[in-house]
Amino acid sequence: MSIFSGLGARARGLFNDTKGPWGPKGPDEEPTEPSRGPWGEGKGRKGASQPPSSTVASLDDFIRKSRARWSPGGGLPGRPNASMLLWGVIGLVALWLLFTSFHIIAPEERGVVTRFGRYVSTLDPGIGFTFPSPIDRVQKLDVENIRTVDLGSQTSEDLMLTGDQNIIDIAYSVRWNVRDPEQYLFEIARPDETIRQVAESAMRAVVSGVSLDDAIGDRRSEIETEVAQRMQRILDSYRAGVRIQGVAIKEADPPQSVNDAFKDVSAAQQDAQRYINAANAYAQQLRQKAQGEAAAFDRIYEQYRLAPEVTRRRMYYETMEEILSKVDKTIVETPGVTPYLPLPEVRKRAQQSQQQGSGQ
Amino acid sequence: MTDIVRRHPIMAGAAVLALLILLIASFPVIPETKQAVVVRFGNVERIYQRAGLAWRIPFVENFVWIDKRMLDVDMDRQPVLSTDQRRLEVDAFARYRIVDPLRMYITTRSEDRLRDALRPILGSAVRNELGQVPFAALLSPERRGVMENVRNGLNRVARQYGAEIIDVRIKKAELPDGTPLQSAFERMRTAREQEARSIRAEGAKQAQIIRADADAEAARTYAASFGKDPGFYDFYRAMQSYRTTFLGDGTDKPADSTIILSPQNDYLKAFTAPGQ
Repeated sequence: MSIFSGLGARARGLFNDTKGPWGPKGPDEEPTEPSRGPWGEGKGRKGASQPPSSTVASLDDFIRKSRARWSPGGGLPGRPNASMLLWGVIGLVALWLLFTSFHIIAPEERGVVTRFGRYVSTLDPGIGFTFPSPIDRVQKLDVENIRTVDLGSQTSEDLMLTGDQNIIDIAYSVRWNVRDPEQYLFEIARPDETIRQVAESAMRAVVSGVSLDDAIGDRRSEIETEVAQRMQRILDSYRAGVRIQGVAIKEADPPQSVNDAFKDVSAAQQDAQRYINAANAYAQQLRQKAQGEAAAFDRIYEQYRLAPEVTRRRMYYETMEEILSKVDKTIVETPGVTPYLPLPEVRKRAQQSQQQGSGQ
Repeated sequence: MTDIVRRHPIMAGAAVLALLILLIASFPVIPETKQAVVVRFGNVERIYQRAGLAWRIPFVENFVWIDKRMLDVDMDRQPVLSTDQRRLEVDAFARYRIVDPLRMYITTRSEDRLRDALRPILGSAVRNELGQVPFAALLSPERRGVMENVRNGLNRVARQYGAEIIDVRIKKAELPDGTPLQSAFERMRTAREQEARSIRAEGAKQAQIIRADADAEAARTYAASFGKDPGFYDFYRAMQSYRTTFLGDGTDKPADSTIILSPQNDYLKAFTAPGQ
């Protein structure tokens, strides 16, 4: 039996040398391939259940007999080599124990420990100690890394119905990270796909409760918050172990084919503002004019009050003087002759005088 | 014993290897994500639903691995007709867990076939339930508990397959391409046109009010000032008006005019009667 134990150690050494994946690489294996677990562990477990401190003599004997054919180290015969081989095996086992028992968990990571497949505990950042590989396995998971899922795109149309039965084209992204690594690993078959579906469902549900104007307008941030909360609720009910960090609406626009009508609305707003501005300008102008004229009248009226008759006559004569000096005048003595005057003649004369004036 | 090993080292090594393989085959490890049905010659012997070490008789008993995690089935896009005869295309998904691996193994054998079995049932459950509500309620079926009904209906069927439906949700609800979509676009467009018009009209209205206010204010200013002496205002304004009429207001020249005066005119009264 002692030989068997030695053999066990040797066999393990063989595995460690040539078949890496069964040995120390166990804990670093992809967590997405759990089916491989049992086999790898099974083989390793057998090896580990044997104490590495095997009897040196029987192994030496055995190696002497079996010679180089069995040697994994390149087939060098002889006693000193056998002893070296033994120490090599022991060293490898020790290394393997070291690597599979101590786990360095980075600050952003957590280590999920399973013992014979069953979840035992989660290792926090730092150095964690577990049983060696075949018994305990550690899956490291980055929990701080915030991942982003993009839904809808800014180039293609992703239409959604709003509460008032209008349609918007929406694109948004969801940021999330892992909250409970053990739930994330063990409860949901396709976490990424699940988050995507839940996001779509939550966004649709929220958008179908608001009006078009709210969705494309100023209630976007409320929608984002509501979607995030709704997603969190759903994912918690799935025990997905995921925390939704936030939802960001990148685009919420009316569909392409009605966009012109929407642009016309903003054009109409500009127009309306333009009308109002023009009216304000007019009002301003009119007010100033009225105030100016009223003030001018007031000034003159003050002076007029002091000497009404004189001022009135002075103004009359000044005005008449100015006017009559610049226009043609005809003074007719006899009353009642006006209807018979050759008015066209008078007009012609006036034109002639004007032409002469301009000719000179 | 030792003699045999020494004489046949290769044989001995092979024997150890075989023993190892036998051991591993006898004690498989069940991970957290799986459950297992142990089958011996087609008969189900045991079920493992908890993670940990399990055992079996090698080469005689077979492990059938079944996912323990939450799985999902996606429904193909389904047209749904509401009670008011309007069409909507609906995309839904259901989440389920296999809670009874034995039943699941007996009825469908594999997860893929279970999914294939659930998909059409999900489709018809969604169609049936959503077909009983008006269009407006289709848009947010969560509020009326419609999805709850779908879930319960689907769950009854799923239980026969050893699965439990956790959740059914509508992923997308869209108007079908073609006329319904186009008429929705048309409605949106006309609604916007209406909005644009009313905004412009509103702007015009405000502009008019602003102008009228200004006019009224100017009239008030004038009245306050000119009302002090209507007689003088009449004269003063007449003088201004003559100037503007005959001489222009400074910006453009007035039309040519010829004035015919009678000697009795007030302006010429000094002509005829000096000193009066």
